[in-house]
Amino acid sequence: MTSTAREIAAAVRSGERTAVEVLEAALAEIASREGEIHAFNLVTAEAARARAAEIDAEVASGRDPGPLAGVPIALKDNLCTRGVPTTCGSRILEGWRPPYNATVVDLLALAGAVSVGKTNLDEFAMGSSTENSAFGPTRNPRDLSRVPGGSSGGSAAAVAAGFVSLSLGSDTGGSIRQPAALCGVVGVKPTYGLVSRYGLVAFASSLDQIGPFSTNVADAALMLEVIAGHDPMDSTSIPLDVADISDHLEDGVAGMRIGLVEEFLGEGIADDVRRRVEAAADAFVAAGATVETVSVPAAAYGLDAYYLIAPAEASSNLARYDAVRFGLRVDAPTTPEMYNASRTAGFGDEVKRRIMLGTYALSAGYYDAYYGTAQKVRTLIRRDFDAAYERFDLLLSPTSPTTAFAFGDKTADPLTMYLNDVCTIPTNLAGHPAMSVPFGVGDDGLPVGVQILAPMLGEVAMFSAAAVLESAIGVPL
Amino acid sequence: MSDLPNGWTMVIGLEVHTELLTKTKLFSGAPNEFGGEPNTCLDPTSLGLPGSLPVLNRKAVELAIRIGLALECSVRRSVFARKNYFYPDQPKDYQISQYDLPINSDGRLELPNGKVIGITRAHLEEDTGKSSHSGGGGRIHDAVYTLVDYNRAGVPLLEIVSEPDLRTADEAKAYVVELRSILVAVGASDGKMEEGSMRVDANVSVRRGESEPFGTRCEVKNVNSIRSLGRAIEYEARRQIDLLEAGEPVHQQTRHWNEDEGRTISLRSKEEATDYRYFADPDLVELDPDPEWIEEIRASLPVLPRRRRALLSERTGASVEASVLVVERGLDELVLAALDAGGDAGRLITHAEHNLSDERAGRLSPSNLADLTTMEVGGQLTATQAKTVLAEMVDTGDAPDVIAARNGFEAMESSELEGIVDDVIAANPGDWAAFCAGENKVMGFFVGQVMKATGGQADGRSVSAILNQRRG
Repeated sequence: MTSTAREIAAAVRSGERTAVEVLEAALAEIASREGEIHAFNLVTAEAARARAAEIDAEVASGRDPGPLAGVPIALKDNLCTRGVPTTCGSRILEGWRPPYNATVVDLLALAGAVSVGKTNLDEFAMGSSTENSAFGPTRNPRDLSRVPGGSSGGSAAAVAAGFVSLSLGSDTGGSIRQPAALCGVVGVKPTYGLVSRYGLVAFASSLDQIGPFSTNVADAALMLEVIAGHDPMDSTSIPLDVADISDHLEDGVAGMRIGLVEEFLGEGIADDVRRRVEAAADAFVAAGATVETVSVPAAAYGLDAYYLIAPAEASSNLARYDAVRFGLRVDAPTTPEMYNASRTAGFGDEVKRRIMLGTYALSAGYYDAYYGTAQKVRTLIRRDFDAAYERFDLLLSPTSPTTAFAFGDKTADPLTMYLNDVCTIPTNLAGHPAMSVPFGVGDDGLPVGVQILAPMLGEVAMFSAAAVLESAIGVPL
Repeated sequence: MSDLPNGWTMVIGLEVHTELLTKTKLFSGAPNEFGGEPNTCLDPTSLGLPGSLPVLNRKAVELAIRIGLALECSVRRSVFARKNYFYPDQPKDYQISQYDLPINSDGRLELPNGKVIGITRAHLEEDTGKSSHSGGGGRIHDAVYTLVDYNRAGVPLLEIVSEPDLRTADEAKAYVVELRSILVAVGASDGKMEEGSMRVDANVSVRRGESEPFGTRCEVKNVNSIRSLGRAIEYEARRQIDLLEAGEPVHQQTRHWNEDEGRTISLRSKEEATDYRYFADPDLVELDPDPEWIEEIRASLPVLPRRRRALLSERTGASVEASVLVVERGLDELVLAALDAGGDAGRLITHAEHNLSDERAGRLSPSNLADLTTMEVGGQLTATQAKTVLAEMVDTGDAPDVIAARNGFEAMESSELEGIVDDVIAANPGDWAAFCAGENKVMGFFVGQVMKATGGQADGRSVSAILNQRRG
């Protein structure tokens, strides 16, 4: 599929193309390559066909189906969809069909989008390669021997493979940005609270945020505008109207001060990735910005704080998978034994590892040393970012330390896998927005993403800068 | 109250959970209703479904603040925390509660006898569902299966924790009665212990005398009435004393009150207690009520029972017991209005305390009630007649003089009464001689005879007066 979401929506709204035609083209793409990629846990072709026909009927009767009219989209399989299995890549949710839609799912439907299915992910969004899915890994469409990144690997791959022009992921420590970088697409983690989390199955509530994948910056802006906004069903939703991002995509970066984050360019960052970040800095300078290095000292402790806070919240969020009301149940003589048997059978190793880590971090006698300290570090990270944003409009860094790695490369030692998110995690701890933009390729010919970071609700400037990089490099096909 | 042996005394602190009278649950729009079909008052949030989120109910916060202000607490910035533990009636396997920063803290409650009991805190939390163990003996350990009704899951609760200031079972009962009357007065709770909308746990310990440090305490749960509370505390204190006197230690435990057997049994010891792993709930934001809103709520509070009792006894001279009862029945306003309408204070209190248990009594016209007492004091009605008239006033709403006339209750001229008394004396010379010789118990016989002769229309006090006068 070579059309952008904007082009599709314009063509469907004007009656130039039908939503059904567009959908059938997408389903044909999926039919031809999904077998090797495995982007989806479920393709809902029939429901999509019915929805596309409705969109066409609306157009025929003179009504406007909305800004995403007839645009095929894919949803990460941790977003609740009414009556449609929502697995979170886990066996524990076997058989569960949510009785309700996530707020973002309703908003996309209202905007005329056509969901074609649910995409694969690391179990409960815990992972950086999609290798932790109970339903098998997703392959990187750019190189099938490589991982697509994770945890939103399926959503990134679905866009990179041209199955859909837009998809939704969730980002707790880099789960949108890192797979976007590895698959060579645009991925956005909005400001915490900008997009409602209602209906997003929680991993770590204070860090989770839903955001778009797209082939280009303008489509990501369009999708973000559709899903952003205050939701009374989410207490952490920001009670503000959404800023108009699309109208400012051409604003450029002239006069902007952009900081190159020292802590994200040190040890562990591959040379080819570093060179692409430096090239991005040059592109900003060429567009009239000033670029200087900046230190965000506490960001160096981001990974440590994250691997206490996120598992702590997860240990509590995942307690509800107890086999009592829904999902997998392994019967046993007593209730505690049923809990144990079901959770042992239903959860994979990484999920169990994090539940144990988080339970420990919150335990009496250890709380202050672990969880308490991690929360203090989080405050320091936010403070250091705030200080940086007093001097800079935006920050720049790699998204991921390397290009896409091979299957099995980092599964033996969890810590090497965790290091993938060293540049993305601090943003989640601060609650700020950040996005990954494809910016050329590494020595292996695989995509490199650069990360643009912005202060709270700084999406407009962040997207303007992303558009500058995109026009400097051209939209990858 | 029963005294404890050998100088032992009790120390009691109470934790009272009250459901708040909101239309919906604490964190979702599912209805807060009692007694519905099982599993009908539900939505994704109250079932803890994946992806659901809590949103705080403003009305529940308002009711919590009403209670806090009525208990003279400071109402502060507070934080919701997750209390993590696995149980089938706990949908998320954690309870949203308040831990280190409760909405209300440092309050006080004054008992009718004037003793002040400290309130440590009164915090918001969500209720759990209800499990019914079925099959086998119907108990948890031999049940074949368990049914869970989640209608109650997420219902708003306020947990009111007292300081260990209570010293007897009677004080504990008085505390709960007083607390309940406050909760009902401020409109926050229906106070129904039997329906579980108000639940009491008692922390009980014993020590010798009043100056020793507190002993090891046990928490007694499953107390379902005020009477049970007294029994459970008495039992638990005696159990602890028996242990200590036998040279055995009291272990810190949570104990279950068995109403039928009249004893407490151990549920779990301190060592077995769950580590709840409290942490601030990241799905909710800090609760920091606007000071203006708090003042609005304060201004809207009704006059509280303590103040009403004080006012009543100040204006009528009612005893502590009488004012407790009259205020509990909600008749204090009527009594004071009748007093303002010229009624007799003593007669008004007597009626409110003894003759007005009917729930329609509150609808009586204050001026009619005042007139009734005036007729009594003026001798136009005897005490017995007044009671009859009052009952008809409640039934019909008619004025007392109309009812008196309808019943033929007419004031008896004193000369007429004296004549009847003399006739009765003449007819019973032996008894009269005994009475004159000092056998006062014969008085009752004569009064009875006069009553019989007058068809109950004579005023007993007047008859006694005439008899004493005749005796000289």
